[in-house]
Amino acid sequence: MKALAAEGPNATELGRDARSERWMLFGLSLPALLLVGLVVVLPIAWLFLLSFQTEGGAFTLANYQRLIDQPSYRRILAMTFEISLTVTAMCIVLGYALAYLLAQLPRRVAGVLMLGVLMPFWTSILVRTYAWLVLLQRDGLINVIGEHLGFWQKPLALVYNMEGTVVGLVHIMLPFMVLPLYNSMRAIDRDYVRGAANLGAGPIQVFWHVYLPLSRPGLFAGGTITFILCLGSYVTPAVLGGGKIVMAANGIAGDVELYFSWGPASAFGVVLLVITLTILFTASRFARLDRIFGGGA
Amino acid sequence: MTPSPTDARPQQKGLPIRVRQVSKTYGRAVALDQVDLDVQSGEFLTLLGPSGSGKTTLLMVLAGFVRPNQGSLHFGERDVLRLAPHKRGVGMVFQSYALFPHLTVAENIAFPLKLRRVPRPEAMRRVEAVLDLVQLPDFGGRGVDALSGGQRQRVALARAIVFEPGILLMDEPLSALDKQLRERMQIELRALHDRLGITTVCVTHDQREALTMSNRIAVIDRGSIIQLGTPKEIYDRPSTRFVADFIGESTFLPVTGSGGTFRLGAQALKLEGYTPPPGANLLMLRPERLALLPEGAPGPDPRYNVITGRVTDIVYQGESVLVQIRLDDGGTVAARVSSARAALGAVPVPGASARLAFAPEDMNLLCGEAG
Repeated sequence: MKALAAEGPNATELGRDARSERWMLFGLSLPALLLVGLVVVLPIAWLFLLSFQTEGGAFTLANYQRLIDQPSYRRILAMTFEISLTVTAMCIVLGYALAYLLAQLPRRVAGVLMLGVLMPFWTSILVRTYAWLVLLQRDGLINVIGEHLGFWQKPLALVYNMEGTVVGLVHIMLPFMVLPLYNSMRAIDRDYVRGAANLGAGPIQVFWHVYLPLSRPGLFAGGTITFILCLGSYVTPAVLGGGKIVMAANGIAGDVELYFSWGPASAFGVVLLVITLTILFTASRFARLDRIFGGGA
Repeated sequence: MTPSPTDARPQQKGLPIRVRQVSKTYGRAVALDQVDLDVQSGEFLTLLGPSGSGKTTLLMVLAGFVRPNQGSLHFGERDVLRLAPHKRGVGMVFQSYALFPHLTVAENIAFPLKLRRVPRPEAMRRVEAVLDLVQLPDFGGRGVDALSGGQRQRVALARAIVFEPGILLMDEPLSALDKQLRERMQIELRALHDRLGITTVCVTHDQREALTMSNRIAVIDRGSIIQLGTPKEIYDRPSTRFVADFIGESTFLPVTGSGGTFRLGAQALKLEGYTPPPGANLLMLRPERLALLPEGAPGPDPRYNVITGRVTDIVYQGESVLVQIRLDDGGTVAARVSSARAALGAVPVPGASARLAFAPEDMNLLCGEAG
């Protein structure tokens, strides 16, 4: 290709137009940039700073040393991962089935049923969590019905423990799993399934060799986002865990509220942030990040 | 495919297909209306019709993806009507090709072999052989996304025939290709079919494709087979106005008469050797079958019918020139003159008088609505 003449007719004016257009676009995104800087970047930088300071303000690594020395932090971290993995696994099982059902239905019917998935999504987490408390507690609806029908004699401990927390979290996280899965299943051309069947694959083989691999991007996106959101959950373990379930966010809150120890809390927060970013970074090597977060409605 | 000495498997003969009284309705819409069809062993049969005619529905019934409301269906001696698609053992080329994007070319082609538990070395050999056959050697390791449209088409074909099915179904196999490639693939598919002897049913709305590739064509409209015959029969002697309109260009002129004599205006048509269907009321003329007689030239063979008129318009269309002529007896016909002849001055100017000649085998009489 021939090099563009720098001094063709109107070259300077057109160049100036292009530059001013770019400034306009930048100007439009300025308010958003300011907001993000003010309420996200600044506090995180502050947190980061605090985690390296003594109460007097001198530089120290003691806060991170404490995370390593005190077994309670390791327990919290282990429990956080255990719950997050369990919830993600259950969301995959339940969400895949639900998304599959929705993807097979005519779009209009699927749209109506999708409202059922989204409705709780639009309800406050606090409200949903207390709703589960009502259902699961000692004299809650499930125990009353179970005893009345004779399934069990004594009230079951359904809440204020790991089980209750997982149930609540699964319910809250399910839409984040279903939406990307549903989108990725809708994108699977019916001809792929028909083609596989035509070539001799029975329903199970079609699923295993074709449908599952083709829905993997949705599975991956849903799994990643569910797991990351679980890591940071606070309200649900606080309410349904009855104090016995302390996840990372609860631990941090405890440090601040009970002991006013900002240093250790900040250090723990930084560790959690680093873990989250590491997972996101790893995930981004396998799938595009905008796909992971673009899975929503 | 070059059969190696070890490849002693007998060439599987194509299976005949027998369709009887197959109907399919969607709500009130009738997609197939009591269709009967016999496809012979090794035949290349094309289902040709406009969109919504039911041709694809019929193909999907054969593949097992559409369950008809009634009827019977046999591949050879085998009743397959209620058999699931994966048990029918037919190859199929989808309009979208349906190549699995998460598998390589070789994995796609080996897919049906894997399902049939063909041992790996044997499967690899057959994949290579079939890739040679569709002229894509060394493409096995490529991803499907890296292929051009024509290459995908070949891979889809390779995958459909690698397990040596007795029947091959094709749903608009060439519609996604550009015109030049499409025409080349038509010839290739035809040659491949001749070589494999596999019974082939192809759906298309492209008349040229149907004429080029098929042994026989079934013209379908509104859920019924209107006419079934060789490309020549369908083109030369369409049985209805619909078929004549759908395949090729034609002009229709009303005729009167019955039995052995028909009149176009006052002129009796010479029919030597042609028996028109009873009750025929339309004369069908194809533009390229009308000979435009040069002015002052002697009359043609006495077998020919000669009609006269006046040139109203001349349209240059590249390889040919279309001449519109208003007949002295009323009505308008179009005659096609090749560009080569037009260059020699064989085309009169608008307003000039013209004489057109056609033999009995160049005309067709049929029943239908005039207009």
